[in-house]
Amino acid sequence: MTREALLVVAAFLACAVEMVEALTIVLAVGVTRGWRSALIGTATALGGLTVVVAALGPALAYLPIDSLRLVVGTLLLVFGLQWLRKAILRASGLKAMHDEDSIYRDEVAALRAAGRLPAHDWYAFTVAFKGVFLEGLEVAFIVVTFGGSQHNVGLASIGAAAALVVVLVAGSIVHAPLSRVPENTLKFGVGVMLSAFGMFWAGEGAGVSWPGSDASILGLIAFVLVIAFALVAVLKRDGSAQTTKVEAVESVEAVGA
Amino acid sequence: MKFLSRFARFWYDFIVGDDWRLAMGVVIAVPAAYVGAHGGVNVWWLLPLAVTMLLSLSVGLTARKARRH
Repeated sequence: MTREALLVVAAFLACAVEMVEALTIVLAVGVTRGWRSALIGTATALGGLTVVVAALGPALAYLPIDSLRLVVGTLLLVFGLQWLRKAILRASGLKAMHDEDSIYRDEVAALRAAGRLPAHDWYAFTVAFKGVFLEGLEVAFIVVTFGGSQHNVGLASIGAAAALVVVLVAGSIVHAPLSRVPENTLKFGVGVMLSAFGMFWAGEGAGVSWPGSDASILGLIAFVLVIAFALVAVLKRDGSAQTTKVEAVESVEAVGA
Repeated sequence: MKFLSRFARFWYDFIVGDDWRLAMGVVIAVPAAYVGAHGGVNVWWLLPLAVTMLLSLSVGLTARKARRH
């Protein structure tokens, strides 16, 4: 029961975070270039993502559960630690907070600079499609891996679908970027859950016997939370916030990679 | 060829992200847990320990680099 409930919660939170980002892009496209092409691009991307989940989800059910958990748990742990690392750097002031208002303004400026509107606006279609598909790919990855590890992609899909409905309803009511959503806090929470589930499944797949069995997931979540908060506290204590410097260091590393 | 390298780059950025050391650490820790568990030792503590060390190392190095610049 613990596993199932946490599966739905994790899929819901991860999906909500990514859909808020996708919604910002779609709103910028719709308001600036018109809604028709923006919505067609969005619908096409959602169709593509559905195909990805529908194709990969059932296929995972045929794989041996231990091998699946070993591989998926390892992937989730790598993915979750990256997510958590960014969240820790943001919470400690070492990396810029994700700001939907600023992203929205940048998108609108870029879309306006793209020039006059043709009858069928391929530019708007492409920007909306790319935004929704790329953000959604992370959701699809989480849904397929979370669901696959418990041979229950359907349950993870329910969490993702619920988040989609909540974000779409909120977006259609507000008609502006959902900047009041505590997105950075949610990302912190999702990073914690991905890392904890990654450890649990990778451990199970490796043959480790967790103390307390399924209940150890809660212990792992608490453990990762404590480590993450402790690192935030240490980083805040040790240094003044140097947001631009971390971003500069990472861009130099990316160029060198 | 260009498409393949962009495709590979996308998946690298998607999964591995900004710090390859985290991925490398996980890829070492999980097989170590497998070897331990199949060698008759219940190494349930190994992954939490690895996560603590990897996260501390990664954010610590990033913070130190930021201060040096």
